[in-house]
Amino acid sequence: MPAFACIFVPDFSVEAWLRAEPELRSQPLAVLEGKAPLQKVFAVNEKARRAGVTLEMTKPQVEACPGLALRNRSRLQEAAAHSALLDCAQSFSPRVEDAGCDTLVLDLAGLEPLFGPLPKIARALARRASDLGLKADIAVASNPDAAMLAARGFSGVTVIAGGKEAEQLGSLPVEVLLGGSFQICRDGPEAAQLLETFRRWGIRNLRDLAALPDVELSERLGQTGIYLQKRARGATSRTLVPVEPPLIFEEVIELEYPLVLLEPLAFLLGRLLEQICDRLGARALATQELRLELELQNGYEQDCHPEQARSVRAAKSLPRACRGDLGEPPHRDPASSGIAISARRASLFHRTLRLPVPLLDPKTFLKLLQLDLRAHPPGAPIVKIHLAAEPAQPRAAQNGLFLPPSPESEKLELTLARIAGIVGEEKVGSLELLDTHRPEGFRMQRFAPSEPQGRRGGEKDLRTESSRIGIRSGNSRTKEVSGRLKSYPSQNAVKSEFFRSLLKPCLQSTVCAELNPCSSQKQNDESPDDLVIALRIFRPPVSVTITMRDGKPAGITCPKPKEIHGEILWAVGPWRSSGDWWEQEGWARDEWDIAVQEEIGIALYRLVRDLLSGRWLVEGTYD
Amino acid sequence: MSCFPLFSNADVRRPVVATQPACWNIGVETLPKPSRFSAIPKLAGVTPASRLEVRAAPEMVSSGIRQMDALTGGLPRGCLTEICGPASSGRTSVLLAALAAATQRQEVCALVDVSDAFHPLSAAAAGVNFERLLWVRCGVHKQTSGLPQRHPSTALRANSVTEKDKYPKQMEGPVERALRVTDLLLQSGGFGLVMIDLGDVPLKIARRIPLASWFRFQRAVERTPTVLFVVTQAPCAQTCAALLLKVQKQSSAVGYPSLAKKLSADSSQPSEKNLSRKISPSHAQLLDELHIEGELLRSRLERKPVRSVTAVFTTKAMRIS
Repeated sequence: MPAFACIFVPDFSVEAWLRAEPELRSQPLAVLEGKAPLQKVFAVNEKARRAGVTLEMTKPQVEACPGLALRNRSRLQEAAAHSALLDCAQSFSPRVEDAGCDTLVLDLAGLEPLFGPLPKIARALARRASDLGLKADIAVASNPDAAMLAARGFSGVTVIAGGKEAEQLGSLPVEVLLGGSFQICRDGPEAAQLLETFRRWGIRNLRDLAALPDVELSERLGQTGIYLQKRARGATSRTLVPVEPPLIFEEVIELEYPLVLLEPLAFLLGRLLEQICDRLGARALATQELRLELELQNGYEQDCHPEQARSVRAAKSLPRACRGDLGEPPHRDPASSGIAISARRASLFHRTLRLPVPLLDPKTFLKLLQLDLRAHPPGAPIVKIHLAAEPAQPRAAQNGLFLPPSPESEKLELTLARIAGIVGEEKVGSLELLDTHRPEGFRMQRFAPSEPQGRRGGEKDLRTESSRIGIRSGNSRTKEVSGRLKSYPSQNAVKSEFFRSLLKPCLQSTVCAELNPCSSQKQNDESPDDLVIALRIFRPPVSVTITMRDGKPAGITCPKPKEIHGEILWAVGPWRSSGDWWEQEGWARDEWDIAVQEEIGIALYRLVRDLLSGRWLVEGTYD
Repeated sequence: MSCFPLFSNADVRRPVVATQPACWNIGVETLPKPSRFSAIPKLAGVTPASRLEVRAAPEMVSSGIRQMDALTGGLPRGCLTEICGPASSGRTSVLLAALAAATQRQEVCALVDVSDAFHPLSAAAAGVNFERLLWVRCGVHKQTSGLPQRHPSTALRANSVTEKDKYPKQMEGPVERALRVTDLLLQSGGFGLVMIDLGDVPLKIARRIPLASWFRFQRAVERTPTVLFVVTQAPCAQTCAALLLKVQKQSSAVGYPSLAKKLSADSSQPSEKNLSRKISPSHAQLLDELHIEGELLRSRLERKPVRSVTAVFTTKAMRIS
């Protein structure tokens, strides 16, 4: 038997505001619409209704009501609430009809094996809507129109058994049939005329309308009357018109007063993030990108309170790097970091938070946004907050007992953000070597370690077999050198040739080992260690004075670090290199390896002569 | 620890422990009744030594150097390992070897570079997988891109710039930043190897690091699979280090035979000839076979050796420049 559920949110404009400000739920609230000073009450909640506030009252009239909260109608918040309602319905059924901003109808056919019996589904719908911040009335019936009538007429959860629609709908007032989105008449006066006609006939509820004879009703009201009577009996039948809502997850808060401090902003951001994460969770999604757009107050120094103006002036007096000047936003390479900044207009402030893995933790998001805003403050009072999340499939990770430890993604992101707050965003991350011979040809990029790869079956067999015949070192060495070849930039042919010569014996040893294990074991024993002498770089290089003798450096003097001073015991070089001469930042240099006798012993340095400037620099020390 | 008042004045007059000297040696059945300890308020919460938990030996992982593994047994997980030595003693080579071994085990590693002295090409030559290495540069040189300035206006070394010029926003030095970063990394967890490179930090500054910080780090990595690896010029972590290794170059008469040979061969050739070679020797190739001596100063894992235990590592040239 077909079953349909209807989700109806009474006083939708009020509920949209209550979703944004849940603390208003305990007090009377009226939503105004219109241009000042002609604003009139558009919607009220139950407490305001009890206090005597009715629709179409003017703002001066309702301002006399004590304790009444007034809000202007916000279409953006209503759109966000409607999207949340759609997410709530979509989390249960893919066939959802959008019957209005406050009403949705969903097809429950085939859901009982998944979610249980129909009353349980209806209660789950109400609970899910409540989790999303909306108080909704739910009705389940055998046809969409009966479900809509029941949802509009009865509060709470209503389940109408099949065949009992007329009996249960009969007590509803006849206004339910024609009110709200159920208007079948194109214009308002006709609906009013119908209501007036029913009133003159003495028809007060749907039972009275359903009891009228069909022929006489048709003679007086035509097909409209017949249709209304069928609906009053709960006997209509129609096809559901499902919609495919776009995967847009956005939340907006329009502030009554501009925000100056970051703490209250974090409070509101936390609420928005929870709403977005609830919506994403309802669709079984996560997010990998958060976009924050703050609308800033223009000319705030003239309009705002003197205390606010003082705070803003204090913020403006901060260093430029500390306050995130909106006029010239600090341009950053999006590839090097997950956070990019842009400013379309002077009154908008954008921040984008990109994550390496999809996450769904509002606390993590909030902390990341807080750290980001602390590093890049908007610099002006905020009047509107717009937060959007890019949906992504949640991460599916299968941890293994024998995999090496790795940080949790949420913790790692927070740690990286905190470290970036300490040392700077450009000083934390992983390395990427550039395809250049330029000294220090690398760049920092976002640290996002991949998941450790599990041991594959073929690899396991190969390793087992290799260890049995004793070529473990050969294999690992081959892999290591192959890895180096991958990680290195493609430089000149000399180095490529060198790598090939380095790789060749390893490959040969592996092949030979398969044929003759004894010889491979012998080779492994004789294989050199992997300890590579390392260079410690001085950033920037240390300028020194060199005394030359026979074309070679013979003495070194450095004014700053006094330890680099003395006679050069030996010097080897030069190795000349140059590049980028076709660009403005060309470079040419001679490199020497020198040993200097110092107090603590012999120290090995790399000495560089910049051929363009003629300066001698100590680039680093071998250690 | 020494100032903690274990006994009150009344207890000092009547030293209970001194009158019960055999309580650690007697069997369980002859243990004094708990009422004896509980009668003394200060000792009520003291766990008898016989009931102390025996700490399991830590898991050891390879340091990437065969001789060092033979000397120390590897690097202990959940412990602090300190490598000390002067400049040009091979500390960084040991660091890179350990880093390469850890990244090849697919562990996520972090390098807290206090002086911004990390050389990526050396690390690449050592076999470090950069994808699994988090590099935190706590140095003072403000440079947005990895490319160097063409003409540095002033000769600056890591710690020669005034703090005011360097960090108008955060008035703290690189060492303080490094300690904070290390705290965050250790508390985050999940790293297989966390390295603090204090190799270029002057000894007087490194020794100002409070012992409480090292204790905190030790406690943070305890019972975790993280290896905390510190490189210094001289021992700083003191008793917090479970393994303390001192590295130094062997004396020049012993340590540079091949170097002297190559040097003599090279000196017979004019310098310009090096430039005209079709395949020039790799950079620093003359530093091949540099002998580094590692001496085990302290290890909690084994009894202190009667005499100094050393091992000699031999380096090979860095093939990439």
